[in-house]
Amino acid sequence: MTKHPAHIVGAYEHPTRLASDKTVAQLHAEAAKGALDDAGLTFADVDGFFCGNDMPGIGAFALVDYLNLDLRHIDTTDTGGCSYQIHVAHAVQAIAAGKCDVALVTLGGRPRADGMSTGTAVRPGHPAQPDIPFELPFGNVILGSYAMVAQRHMHDHGTTSEQLAWIKVAASHHAQHNPRALLRDVVTVEDVVNSPLLADPLHRLDCCVITDGGGALVIARPEIARNLARPLVGVRGMGEAMKGQNGGRVDLGYSAIAAAGKRAFDQAGVRPGDIRYASLYDSFTITVLMQIEDLAFCDKGQGGRFVMDGNLISGVGRLPFNTDGGGLCNNHPANRGGMTKIIEAVRQLRGEAHPAVQVPDCTLALASGIGGSLGMRHAGSVVILERE
Amino acid sequence: MTHPPHPALFDNPETGAFWQAAAQGRLLLKSCRACGSAHWYPRAICPHCGSADTHWQDSTGQGVIYTFSVLRKAKPMTVPAYVTLDEGISLFTNIVDCDPDSLRIGQRVALRFIDGMDGTRLPAFAPA
Repeated sequence: MTKHPAHIVGAYEHPTRLASDKTVAQLHAEAAKGALDDAGLTFADVDGFFCGNDMPGIGAFALVDYLNLDLRHIDTTDTGGCSYQIHVAHAVQAIAAGKCDVALVTLGGRPRADGMSTGTAVRPGHPAQPDIPFELPFGNVILGSYAMVAQRHMHDHGTTSEQLAWIKVAASHHAQHNPRALLRDVVTVEDVVNSPLLADPLHRLDCCVITDGGGALVIARPEIARNLARPLVGVRGMGEAMKGQNGGRVDLGYSAIAAAGKRAFDQAGVRPGDIRYASLYDSFTITVLMQIEDLAFCDKGQGGRFVMDGNLISGVGRLPFNTDGGGLCNNHPANRGGMTKIIEAVRQLRGEAHPAVQVPDCTLALASGIGGSLGMRHAGSVVILERE
Repeated sequence: MTHPPHPALFDNPETGAFWQAAAQGRLLLKSCRACGSAHWYPRAICPHCGSADTHWQDSTGQGVIYTFSVLRKAKPMTVPAYVTLDEGISLFTNIVDCDPDSLRIGQRVALRFIDGMDGTRLPAFAPA
């Protein structure tokens, strides 16, 4: 008997942060190889494959052929940066349904080498996308969309820039221990609020890094997982949701994570207070604040107070988060931070996080993702993972 | 801010009437006869009740700022915003002809068309 329908048996974060010397397909392949090596499996063991739109080509055609995989199950769901939480969830469902035994999830990309201005450049989009004519001409950018959510939160709840800054401060305290983190310097609240104001009320240091790289995960059925040498990390709860403008009845006071989180907690049969470690998607500081409230780690509107005074710092606060430094300081490969959120949660559950940030006896962890644009339309996904 | 041209964006069977009206200084909304609700952005099928019985109506062009930001590095500096119209729905837009530092959520604004892409006119808003 097992309490989990499937386990994460392999996890690998590509070490690069600048991949001028690598192709996108190569980044996917190196990440896949790293995760399979971690699990003690090979490409020949893989019969289920999951990837998003970060790999050019229609769905998985190019990458599956490039890797020369022989598959029984393919899923190319793309929900931007949170695709990977959904891939884990769908892999667990596919394994439970008998559709595959070993699922491989890959991410790779090189926005930094290609000089992409992720948050501040207008993305043209596809002409057939119905919202484009009504939004693109107004100079809509990712950063502005998240900033509008932050502005509204400040109006509704009195949240301050200094409170948002604590989220970056906590991430930087963790990143100082990660030799691969892009930003390793510990910053202060003053550093954040005195950095250039880019889009009111968000400053430069409220934003995540732009990095190249990738990552991969291997999910396997329990009978296989138990014969591998790695610690068992089971998938206990999963939830996904999308949220848009509701036909013009716009409410930026909550995110898709509210529904996704409830679904994950309900399936897992646990409560927010049971979570020992949380990987929270951190494209911007406001992204973290919204999720902390929407996951009910605190009441709505209390997120600003909750994150203050190091409450997110491992060993200091109540809710250690993003102990690798997160997207805010460590890595946000291919502009998609969901993968690294899951990888650090797996490290914590295995007891393999850096000793300075390892949560003692970490048995239950959560990894969340928000993909798309928080103020316009986005997806949210949550997985709750457990050490067996 | 420069944008790549999208010739098919504004001349399409579903929302072409919107842009033709905008060129004449009118803001059209789609409204639904079945449920009585207006919606944004305009669609053939009502996103609130699923009815195909939607029709164009003129907006009052009056509303309040729901939220906004100021893109400090954009050239020219741009103020993206959601404005909640008096009709009760909110649309993504820009606040123009304003001092960005004096804007506040809840402030009353009124429609002011600006030049858009490909010769179109865009429904922006200015402090009332």
